[in-house]
Amino acid sequence: MSRKILLDKIGIAGIETFPVYRSNGGYASVEKALKMQPADIVEEVKKSGLRGRGGAGFPTGLKWSFIDKKSGRPRYLVCNADESEPGTFKDRFLMEKLPHLVLEGMITASIALEANLSFIYVRGEFRWIIKILEKAIVEAKEAGFLGRNILGTGYNLEIVVQTGAGAYICGEETALIESLEGKRGNPRIKPPFPAVSGLYGNPTVVSNVESIAAVPWIVNNGGAEYAKIGVPKSSGTKLISACGNINNPGVYEIELGLPVKDFLFAPEWCGGMKNGKRLKAVVAGGSSVPILPAGLFLKTANGEDRLMSYESLADGGFATGTMLGSGGFIVYDEDQCIVRNTWNFTRFYHHESCGQCSPCREGTGWMERILHNIENGHGKMSDIDLLWDVQKKIEGNTICPLGDAAAWPVAAAIRHFRDEFEWHIKEPKECMVRNFGIAEPAIV
Amino acid sequence: MLAIRTGQKVEFSEQSLQKVTEIINRYPEGKQKSALLPLLHLAQDEFGGWLSVEAMDYVARMLHIQPIEVYEVATFYSMYNLKPVGRFLLEVCQTGPCMIRGAEKLVSQLEEKLKIKNGETTTDGLFTLKTVECLAACGYAPMLQCGEHYHEFLDTEEKVDQLLDQLRRKAAANN
Ligand SMILES: Cc1cc2nc3c(=O)[nH]c(=O)nc-3n(C[C@H](O)[C@H](O)[C@H](O)COP(=O)(O)O)c2cc1C
Ligand code: FES
Repeated sequence: MSRKILLDKIGIAGIETFPVYRSNGGYASVEKALKMQPADIVEEVKKSGLRGRGGAGFPTGLKWSFIDKKSGRPRYLVCNADESEPGTFKDRFLMEKLPHLVLEGMITASIALEANLSFIYVRGEFRWIIKILEKAIVEAKEAGFLGRNILGTGYNLEIVVQTGAGAYICGEETALIESLEGKRGNPRIKPPFPAVSGLYGNPTVVSNVESIAAVPWIVNNGGAEYAKIGVPKSSGTKLISACGNINNPGVYEIELGLPVKDFLFAPEWCGGMKNGKRLKAVVAGGSSVPILPAGLFLKTANGEDRLMSYESLADGGFATGTMLGSGGFIVYDEDQCIVRNTWNFTRFYHHESCGQCSPCREGTGWMERILHNIENGHGKMSDIDLLWDVQKKIEGNTICPLGDAAAWPVAAAIRHFRDEFEWHIKEPKECMVRNFGIAEPAIV
Repeated sequence: MLAIRTGQKVEFSEQSLQKVTEIINRYPEGKQKSALLPLLHLAQDEFGGWLSVEAMDYVARMLHIQPIEVYEVATFYSMYNLKPVGRFLLEVCQTGPCMIRGAEKLVSQLEEKLKIKNGETTTDGLFTLKTVECLAACGYAPMLQCGEHYHEFLDTEEKVDQLLDQLRRKAAANN
């Protein structure tokens, strides 16, 4: 369960440069794709079962197949490198270490979509990454893999590195498109979907960096081979960025289907809990997904070992399960306060709400104030039900899923840690005296 | 946030003007407004780390768009500073994963050492302290961004001292 297809070449000295990347088999997928029918490339991606790695898990090949090629309008590929979901720091790793893999994926994907201009939208804070990517583009151009008449085939492609400027919402694909047009990052009402009307009103595909980086392997080896990796419905490998109270925080490529227990405790991955503390809770896929207490995280409600896969993590629905999300894996030990963490996340969503939809704009602020009160010893018992009520009224009532992303962490915290909220309201100064949700017996 | 007028004329250097043309040319004909975010970054870098009304109006003229189109963007994105900041803007991540690995301690250490509160600038104009949201460095917490650089694993007082010393030396060397 430790097959690597994205990070397999990471140890090679100089792999971030074109000559080394190329001499290790890099850009082969571009050569192959240029000889294929674009629709056949999309077909291979469909067969692979690759699901979007940005968070939603929508099948990548299917999404690509929706792009409107009939109207004859220009088509755009936009690589989403906004990476702002708390807990997530994997795309950054790919771009820093393997910029040419990301470019190769973008070129191959652009061939499939028949796009002649593609963008990679990088969060503005990643200033050094923008330089790395721009350098890689120059190298790829000099080698004839980008620009006019690529490898003499008559195919033209330019890739533009676009910089964001600090806004989580710009990771949402239609907000990203607005931002790319030089506007505020206000998500658009869908439909129309970007595949029909996206950037400049033209057909556009937005895909995550990691999704795009998986494409070269799929084109080289065939979708069917990719589908053999991992487990059914969760094929392939996934980058997980692990953080929180663990021994080995970092970015890991895992084969989907790895038992969560192994990922969390084995030395080749998270290496267990820091300072020998006990596990209290895990947010498995970025701050937006429901938090699970240790017991429910390790085993499903049916008592099965939980796996790192879309299905297994979601087993039990939101009542007892969660989501794989973006792969932002946040681990909490027994010293962490769930109320404080929930308040912190809610402040984040309040800060990041674009303000278009009143349930999200007002609701996130309201939840933040209630949680702030509880955290600071001014909470009332009725606040818990009020919080529940507010999050329910945000969920599903906004233009984009930021509203859901703000509501779910609050709902899950109350669902699984209600006793901790109650205790916090009764004994605000002694919030950490009693422990809630901790895995018993302690797993080392 | 209130925009500030300085009454001073701003103008890009020859080199930046070249960069401006290069950036605008990346986009399809008639879509030059896409250059707005990159140009605001360029302006902020060149005009002292923040955007005055004059700087924003200057960018608007370059892109042939209304000043309001620039203001609405500049006020939306957290990286644009609409008031002056110190030579070094220290942006500490305060979001969950960083919080549980010591972000609050890092903020209070900086407040103590620099004798300023979050959001303020030191009287010598060297440092501004600001808390920000997740910078995608969650596994390397606690951390802060200063200019182009991420400073990660700032989990001891020595490391914080070292960083401040390093920045002070840098300032002294350039003056
Ligand atoms: C509030 C919000 C923030 C998002 N942030 C990101 C992000 O930083 N990176 C990303 O790839 N997708 C992000 N997404 C998901 C995108 O909307 C989109 O689904 C994704 O980029 C599609 O790529 P994929 O299919 O390859 O995952 C975000 C969605 C929402 C609602
Ligand atoms: S939470 Fe601080 S970098 Fe992500």
